[in-house]
Amino acid sequence: MKTIDVTLQVWRQDGPADPGHFDTIQVPGVNTDMSFLEMLDLVNERLISDGSEAIVFDHDCREGICGTCSLMINGQAHGPLRGTATCQLHMRTYNDGDTIVIEPWRATAFPVIKDLMVDRSPFDRIVESGGFITAETGGAPDANLIPIPKPVADAAMDAAACISCGACVAACPNSAANLFTAAKVSHLNLLPQGQAERYRRVEAMVDTMEQFFGSCTNHGECQEACPKEISIDFIAIMNKDYLKAKFKNSRLLSRT
Amino acid sequence: MATTTVTRPNTRGRGTERRRKPPALVEIYRSAVGKKYVMAITGIMLMGFVFAHMVGNLKMFLGPAQFDHYGHFLRELLVPILPRTVTLWLMRLGLIGAFALHIHAAYALTRMNHAARKVGYKSKRDYIAANYASRTMRWSGIIVGLFIVWHLFDLSWTGTGYHFYRGAAYHNVAASLHRPPVAALYIVANLALGLHLFHGAWSLFQSLGWSNPKFNRLRRNFAAGFATIIVVGNVSFPIAVLAGVVSN
Repeated sequence: MKTIDVTLQVWRQDGPADPGHFDTIQVPGVNTDMSFLEMLDLVNERLISDGSEAIVFDHDCREGICGTCSLMINGQAHGPLRGTATCQLHMRTYNDGDTIVIEPWRATAFPVIKDLMVDRSPFDRIVESGGFITAETGGAPDANLIPIPKPVADAAMDAAACISCGACVAACPNSAANLFTAAKVSHLNLLPQGQAERYRRVEAMVDTMEQFFGSCTNHGECQEACPKEISIDFIAIMNKDYLKAKFKNSRLLSRT
Repeated sequence: MATTTVTRPNTRGRGTERRRKPPALVEIYRSAVGKKYVMAITGIMLMGFVFAHMVGNLKMFLGPAQFDHYGHFLRELLVPILPRTVTLWLMRLGLIGAFALHIHAAYALTRMNHAARKVGYKSKRDYIAANYASRTMRWSGIIVGLFIVWHLFDLSWTGTGYHFYRGAAYHNVAASLHRPPVAALYIVANLALGLHLFHGAWSLFQSLGWSNPKFNRLRRNFAAGFATIIVVGNVSFPIAVLAGVVSN
């Protein structure tokens, strides 16, 4: 078992109104097999036994599928590894004596709740506005009743891999949520089942997104930060559908 | 048997119906995605201009007669159909409109983006994909915009402290760019233009939704190639004047 000593600079903030500050914490004896979150658990156990307050951070499944963990680690969302969430980052990535700076996601739409935990509910507002297929509650149709070409199914699945962690917003210099919204729009808009509400969906979801987030300037930081490696090609698909939607939807409205 | 009746309020004619939407084009420009469309389309117009401008100016290597003749030709475009300079002015109005929309959309989006992160990161960001060109678009745009104002005063309107002759394009270029600081200004401004084009000419494909695995790899090459051609062409003029290739 290999152990390393690291120095953490952790963002501490009592609540949304508190200005917040960095705390420097020495963490000796970190097992390199620990995940990044387990290292934070270790720090918290030590803080609690010292009578201090534990660092608040988001975490849940710890296997990269739930999208709960976050953290800006040394200026990169979810840390330095490609295609991984913070829970999949291990301390073996770091060397003895490293200083690690940990900050929460920063966006006006993601206010800090406490320390490293932010409120990502604007994502729910976007999904509520159109990220669904209105269910026909008849009998369940046969599997494979609707033929879908394999490349289309694959592309939809790539978009559906989004776990709504918010790394795209955190990494974006403009705090734009275009990659998130594009993924949520595209995984339905690519499939036959999503066609009926395709244009209503893209207009509603983009308009909701723009109430909270910045605009895309095509830096491409989001797809590098994304733990699911979702491509910015989906943003292009969303842009195209959005323009069509504005014309199609206003034509539909004239029929009511 | 008990029955429950639900009375539905009559909503017709009580101001609760959906407010009439403005025309689709106005709706589009109100959104950020729509503003990016406008930036991309006006960007293509401006790219077309900057390319034609550079190619036209290459005529200066053919000598004063050819170059000045080209200037007169532009004023007499489509002359039997439209009066003299009308075609040129129609193109100029299109350019002015494109500039105005490009700048307004950029300003509005910048405001929106700054509001989207009022409290910034306190530690140093480590960018992976964002390059120098993409992160300095606002500044390279402002530099190019200010340069264009100077450029119009310098070679179209009044001249800037040399013997300016209206319509004598070759003479004016040679006289103005003969001054090393002015030549340096032209070179710096064109490098800023090159940076702006390096990101803009790639970015427009994404904004317009022109994405296809078949040509996506070529989008970056197109932007790099276009920026290079424009910069090399435009920078060759001040260098040619300084080297004495183009002189009075």
